[in-house]
Amino acid sequence: MALYSEKVMDHFRNPRNVGVIENADGIGEVGNAKCGDIMKIYLKIENDIIVDVKFETFGCGSAIASSSMATEMIKGKHISDAMNLTNKAVAEALDGLPAHKMHCSVLAEEAIKKALLDYYKKNYIVYDSNVFHDCESCGHCCGD
Amino acid sequence: MIYLDNAATTKMSQTAIKAMIPYMDCIYGNPSSLHSAGQKANEALTDARERIARLLGCEAKEITFTSGGSEADNQAIVSAARIGERSGKKHIVSTAFEHHAVLHTLNKLEKEGFEVTLLDVGENGIVLPEQVADAIREDTCLVTVMFANNEIGTIQPIEEIGQVCRGKGVLFHTDAVQAAGHLRIDAKAQNIDMLSLSAHKFHGPKGIGVLYARKGIRLTNIIEGGAQERGKRAGTENIPAIMAMTAALEEACLHMDENSAKLTALRDKLIAGLSKIPHSVLNGDAEKRLPGNVSFCFEGIEGESLLLLLDDKGICASSGSACTSGSLDPSHVLLAIGRVHDIAHGSLRLTLSEENTEKEVDYTISAVKDVVEYLRSISPIWRDLVSGKKEFIIK
Repeated sequence: MALYSEKVMDHFRNPRNVGVIENADGIGEVGNAKCGDIMKIYLKIENDIIVDVKFETFGCGSAIASSSMATEMIKGKHISDAMNLTNKAVAEALDGLPAHKMHCSVLAEEAIKKALLDYYKKNYIVYDSNVFHDCESCGHCCGD
Repeated sequence: MIYLDNAATTKMSQTAIKAMIPYMDCIYGNPSSLHSAGQKANEALTDARERIARLLGCEAKEITFTSGGSEADNQAIVSAARIGERSGKKHIVSTAFEHHAVLHTLNKLEKEGFEVTLLDVGENGIVLPEQVADAIREDTCLVTVMFANNEIGTIQPIEEIGQVCRGKGVLFHTDAVQAAGHLRIDAKAQNIDMLSLSAHKFHGPKGIGVLYARKGIRLTNIIEGGAQERGKRAGTENIPAIMAMTAALEEACLHMDENSAKLTALRDKLIAGLSKIPHSVLNGDAEKRLPGNVSFCFEGIEGESLLLLLDDKGICASSGSACTSGSLDPSHVLLAIGRVHDIAHGSLRLTLSEENTEKEVDYTISAVKDVVEYLRSISPIWRDLVSGKKEFIIK
């Protein structure tokens, strides 16, 4: 199908880092079933390094591929690098997404941020609330 | 490749292809021309019109050739609206799960001041003649109800609805795009005033269709220009496509009973096999449905990823999920039969043709089972459902 790039299809067919981390240090879930996509990210963090990351996704091909690519991009990285991961970077790493599928990469970025927020909160780490999207007041479908 | 998307379009039959060729390289004249080359094409056109009329149980002059089902739907509805308008009748009755060619035309008329009543189709996807009778008002100018639904395949009680409309003196149009060539159509006996069909749904070519309009119903032009089709549809007639459509419809009607028996057996085998997948549900009535239509919802997964993985296994299918419709909402048909968004996103439509085999059906059942199981294994919703954190919608 020409809808997606080879990279998207590769990550969709052979998703990296699928699964669950028991006793994860941070968990983030975004999206809702009504909109047709949910992403859940699990992080294992040691000395500010993401030593392991897993995901579960309910959604279309590009949602699964975006989750897979995003987890690859933050694995082994410092949490500040993960915080700076943008949806645009995820989409570019996938050699682009169709315009109406860009929200899938947004979900991946949001899921990672939410998992990091969970980690900060659990560990009483002071964080800058401005960098986290306020999902309640946002009309976008990714808000849960 | 296993092609199970025959409601989207079909492969052209050899009969249709063979019927088409002479009108491209031999009898290529313009039927409006006075010379002999044109007159030969005109004779073919006359012959095709008579044959189509015979197959639909109407008269040749009641047949207008169009570019397909959508144009026929547009012209039928707009014509009825213009007729109604002249006597102050500006109310139309239809159903919630019509094709967009009907619904969007109705939307356009609403903006012009028409009032539209869309009837519920219930969980089994069938509208009752009594509902139509109750909805008809003094100012109703048209009832338009599809013959069979394109997504869930349910067959509507057309003859009875036609009778209701006849009794109340209201025009009745039916979008028979999914029915033509697959179900018996007899315009007169079934009390149908107007009917739309499209050739590529019964192994004919794309880009050609028919609007049947009972004698006396004045059609409004959608396309202006020359005097073709009694001045009601301008543009040089697509003779090769018309000849191929005629041959395809004749063949489909001739073999209708045997095709229907074969498809029904394959369909029911497919339904029985897919029903074994836990937390799955058949969409639409199990019996009053097109012989080749299978439509399911699977809880906890999304349709587009299901389609892509089935495609990897060589199966061409379709879905009503939002991601495949290009909007945020899943199919209006699935919502109309009461499937909630969460479930409608996980839909799968498989539509058979006479060429499919039992072996293909067996392979498809096992492929769908594997793919659904895999997608559930990576779905956070499925985890929540299985762990009891969330309640199953499909029991």
